[in-house]
Amino acid sequence: MEVFVISLLNGLVYGMLLFMLASGLTLIFSMMGVLNFAHASIYMLGAYFAYQVSVFLGFFPALIIAPILCGLIGAAIEVWGLRRVHHNGHIAELLFTFGLVFIIGRAVQMTWGMLPMPYRVPAILDFPLFSLYGANFPAYRAFMLLVSAGMLASTWLLLTKTRVGLIIQASLTHPGMVGALGHNVPVVFTTVFAGGCLLAGLAGVIGGNYQTTEPGMAEAMGPIVFVVVVFGGLGSLAGCFIASIIMGMIQTFAVVIDYSLADIVKPLGIVFSGDNLLTEILTVPVARIGALLPFVMMVAILFFRPRGLMGTRDT
Amino acid sequence: MRMRELIFALVVIVLALLLPWVFYDWAHNRHSGFMVSMLSQMGMMIILAVSYNMLLGQAGLFSLCHATFFGMGGYTTVHLLNAVGKEGVPIPMEVIPLLAGLAGLATAIVFGAMATKQRATAFAMITLGIGELMATAALMFHHFFGGEGGVSTDRMVDRSLFGLSYASGIQVYYLILVWTVIAIGLMYYLTMTPLGRMANATRDNFERAQFMGYDPRMVRFLQFSLAGFFAGIGGGLYAITYEIVTFDSLAGALSANALLMAYIGGTGVFGGPILGAILITVLQSGVSLLSNSWLVYVGVLFISMVMFAPAGLAGMIKAHGPVRRAGRMHALIVPYLRLVLPGLALVLGFVGVVELLSFYTIGAAQGKKLVLFGSPIDVKSAIPWVISFGSLIVGIVWMKFESAHFHRVWENLTVDLRPRR
Repeated sequence: MEVFVISLLNGLVYGMLLFMLASGLTLIFSMMGVLNFAHASIYMLGAYFAYQVSVFLGFFPALIIAPILCGLIGAAIEVWGLRRVHHNGHIAELLFTFGLVFIIGRAVQMTWGMLPMPYRVPAILDFPLFSLYGANFPAYRAFMLLVSAGMLASTWLLLTKTRVGLIIQASLTHPGMVGALGHNVPVVFTTVFAGGCLLAGLAGVIGGNYQTTEPGMAEAMGPIVFVVVVFGGLGSLAGCFIASIIMGMIQTFAVVIDYSLADIVKPLGIVFSGDNLLTEILTVPVARIGALLPFVMMVAILFFRPRGLMGTRDT
Repeated sequence: MRMRELIFALVVIVLALLLPWVFYDWAHNRHSGFMVSMLSQMGMMIILAVSYNMLLGQAGLFSLCHATFFGMGGYTTVHLLNAVGKEGVPIPMEVIPLLAGLAGLATAIVFGAMATKQRATAFAMITLGIGELMATAALMFHHFFGGEGGVSTDRMVDRSLFGLSYASGIQVYYLILVWTVIAIGLMYYLTMTPLGRMANATRDNFERAQFMGYDPRMVRFLQFSLAGFFAGIGGGLYAITYEIVTFDSLAGALSANALLMAYIGGTGVFGGPILGAILITVLQSGVSLLSNSWLVYVGVLFISMVMFAPAGLAGMIKAHGPVRRAGRMHALIVPYLRLVLPGLALVLGFVGVVELLSFYTIGAAQGKKLVLFGSPIDVKSAIPWVISFGSLIVGIVWMKFESAHFHRVWENLTVDLRPRR
């Protein structure tokens, strides 16, 4: 029972972190039709910036400054990069962001080195919030949950209740008409791209000391975030949210399940043995293949629903 | 195929046949190991890049799991070679790459059935997921993939159609060459079949292709599967050459490499990826030995190609065709020469900044020192930084100015060469 509750909470924390990344990706995608491959790289930059700022000013200023820096970088990428390649079509835009992954990844290695950064949870939040059946729940995870829920709420309010949000929503579907009404659609595009990068940066700030801040973190996070976006359905924020939470849960629960496929059929009297590939696949415990599950889930959902969970459109 | 292209292809093949002998070490009576292995690497990378271009260039599909098929071909070959060597299964060495190709084809059929339901962006993401799935699985399942250590084999199985032992690198090189020529020939033939033409059509306007009664999904699926087949052949040759296959051969980095080679070479021309594969392999063998920051250079080269020359190197060469036919190439000599100096300043400045930065952090951690022309350079003093940044900024400004000039000359030159409508 305690394992279940703690895993549930951890899954929620991880899922919300994923959603902060995936929501920015989905927003950018549904507006500009561009999938930002460098999104996880921005997440990594957020963590590194946060570390650097927290060395000088402390964690809480970093929580504000680092995402803003990431947002500015995002705006620069949009204005000087994406806009230039836009007329060459979507594939060129994809390739452009894909190239950025290399450059940002190596730039981070060259600036901060190959070793993990000592980016730690701030002392003020470094205590167990409560104990459940003897297992501690760190206060920092609750803080992460608070930040991501606050971000989710404010993004939602911004998009649905403000004038800016209405213009953004309108530009999602009818960019030409919005432009004809006198709004500057390219600026809206830049704002959304910068906003998505800001969210990714914020995720980096709170994710950098939850996981480790090291040059491989973009490669570790990137594929999972893309799987979340595909699983939830391209361009659907609600689907993206559900998919994030599901993926977060799967990742945390997989670690504690020590059963394999062969254990399911064992009561039926079927036992697998021998040294072959089939036996290996059937007897490997779920805990060991946790990293594989998101991709298996993605393949499975695509098999039944090619557009993802709540996707309404093909690319 | 036009006569000129055929002759060009033959010249390239003859060149590839002769190259190992150009670098033959007569003093020790043996082949240059470095050259032979680089040429062999080139052969399989050419197959990988051209088969990747069946997707990116010809069908407009941005795939990120191409290495999966390459790797599956490689793993199959290793297991086949082990079966031939240890259990005496009668398969001659020369046929094994074909079987590796079939393994690639089978894998591509399974994954293609799912991935080709979508196109463009969704396709790219799904293939990314598939690539990660296979790379993760390769680390987990030891029976087929051998985990992190990979699976090794011995290629001297003594079963050959021509009585060859494949003990030396040069015999393997000629096997690779033969298979590369076969694979490239087949892929060229495919571009002229109805399938190849329909792939182009679905790339350019898939709704219109659909309207004509073709199923774009089927076209994508067939193209994807066949590309997997050829990538599998490349993987088979890889396994024969290195006698070990690890998960690197199906990891994302190799898929990205295929993309870089195809794009930098030029996706719009059939020979483009070949050019790209040769260039990247040479650079990789040369620059990666000299510099830590090899990937930065490739990344920047790639991004600048995406931004400024989307047609790639081959496309740039092709653009000169009309000018050359009009006999006005001489008008371009001076503008090109004027690009050299700012180009040099730009490249030197950029390389300087990158190298200084990387020696400042990574190099210091590895205990390396930056040595230029035999004299050590102190990366902590200001002068090299000032020189590099100065050269970079001067290069950028000057290049902007000169390229505007070049653009004007080019426009004037080509304005009356364009076909009238």
